[in-house]
Amino acid sequence: MFYVELLIAGLVQGAMYAMMALGLTLIYGLLRILHIAHAAFFTLGGYVGVLAANSGLPLGAAAALGVLVAATAGPLVYGTVYRPLLDKPPYVALIASIGLLIAMEDGFRLLFGPYGLSFAENPWFVTGPDLGGIFLNWVQIALGLSAVLAIAGLGLFAVGSRAGVAWRATVDDPEMAMSFGVSPERVRLLAFALASALAGLAGFLVGLLNNLIEPGMGNITSYKGLAIVVLGGLGNVPGTLWASLLLGVAESFGTIYLDKILDRDAIAFFILVAVLMWRPQGLARGR
Amino acid sequence: MDAYLTSLLTFVAINVTLALGLNLITGFCGQVSLGHAAFFGAGAYAAALVTTAGHPFALGLLAAMATAGVLGLVVGLASLRVREDFLAITTMGAGFLFLGFVRKQEWLGGEFGIPGIRPPFGPEGMAILAVASALLVWAAGIAVRRSWMGRIFLAIARDEEAASSLGIDTARFKLAAFLLGTVSAGLAGAVYAHVVQLIVPDAFGFIQSITILAMVVVGGIGSNLGAVAGAVLLTLLPEMFRFVDTYKLLVYGGLLILVMHLSPDGLVGIARRLLGAVRR
Repeated sequence: MFYVELLIAGLVQGAMYAMMALGLTLIYGLLRILHIAHAAFFTLGGYVGVLAANSGLPLGAAAALGVLVAATAGPLVYGTVYRPLLDKPPYVALIASIGLLIAMEDGFRLLFGPYGLSFAENPWFVTGPDLGGIFLNWVQIALGLSAVLAIAGLGLFAVGSRAGVAWRATVDDPEMAMSFGVSPERVRLLAFALASALAGLAGFLVGLLNNLIEPGMGNITSYKGLAIVVLGGLGNVPGTLWASLLLGVAESFGTIYLDKILDRDAIAFFILVAVLMWRPQGLARGR
Repeated sequence: MDAYLTSLLTFVAINVTLALGLNLITGFCGQVSLGHAAFFGAGAYAAALVTTAGHPFALGLLAAMATAGVLGLVVGLASLRVREDFLAITTMGAGFLFLGFVRKQEWLGGEFGIPGIRPPFGPEGMAILAVASALLVWAAGIAVRRSWMGRIFLAIARDEEAASSLGIDTARFKLAAFLLGTVSAGLAGAVYAHVVQLIVPDAFGFIQSITILAMVVVGGIGSNLGAVAGAVLLTLLPEMFRFVDTYKLLVYGGLLILVMHLSPDGLVGIARRLLGAVRR
């Protein structure tokens, strides 16, 4: 039973990583930017959600509001911070992204205080269904479900809709897509909106899970997200999903067996370095 | 000299040493590293272990450079397998691995680090030592820039395939860049440990790594003078913004974005354009 619980906890964690890493890999695939500031949108979703919930909105509505604000902020930030830097060497956008993360994190601290906020009521956290001896709370189930739904929705969207086709075409060959009348700018705005929405939702749910929203809560997840993106083969969506689950489960077991040697966060990077030494192009073949 | 200025000068000099070292790897040779603080930390821990065991400081200095250099070679070897963005993330991973390992080691003090490191000189003496280290690495940077090796570094940074098709053993030169840069970081670490007298793992984390990279990029990547200018500026900036103390980090982050927008080639780029305007 212990192992099953470890496995499930790992899969839930992996689902959360997938929601973050998917956004990062979409942005990397389109723009070749390592978007470290993705963490700030995770945190933004959390803060908007907790403020909305504590002012009396039901949790579902609070989550939707958090997602909406993050989805609006993402394209805005792309337009102001990244767009002018696209033709510069990649480290330029990377440093700007780091500056953005530092500034946004400090902004949260100034606005809402350094110690973070908790939910006044967190009913999803304390209750859960009875699954024959395995305890899972509703937040964990919501995390797993939202990840599956979001990813499935994104897949359907990419395959079945006009905007999705335009998007895949732009990832493959931006110039060719443009000559067929696709606006790469709109695709990029869309990608930032979707990626930030996913990050915002993940942030809100993790906030519920820890019952704490704090200024730097997204940082380590975002760094691990980058590691997952690289593990999955940079810009490769299925590879990213597999790598997320693998990492979640490996961390969950690793904290039991590797606790004497490495801390939890280092396990992710140990796997990253080990896999890259074995397969420099990541787990999946590059696009 | 007043105690505040002495300590400020010491930290400026330590950061200059770090930035010049990273500039050898990232600036000259084009290998973006997001884990430079790990080598700084390795140097600090090695030196602290040696001197707290009662051995002389000079031995600690050597141990720091050797430890950082050996780790640098290991990460350099690993980096030969991956390129560009993969490399940046691998070095970031190496940094987190270092941190995660050190935090769990009782013989390194775990989360609480190593206290009671006794400095070999007084505050002024440590300041002089820090400045001397910075000048040494600066001189080495200039020498490398002017040498054959510096030109090969430049060739690798511009176009690795072309360089290797000219018969250059790019792997060997990339390793050389990693070795030189990480030994410098080890030196800075030894000095730092004996200035602050208490080292904790968190001082060598990802934030420190990206701060060093920001110094190199804000100064003007690939230029020794730029690395020095960037390190001086980014060390003094938080001090200058003390009047807006609460907003210090907000301003710092905003400035990083602003510099990247106005002058992606950094302070050196601004200076060059100003000089060009004057000449015309």
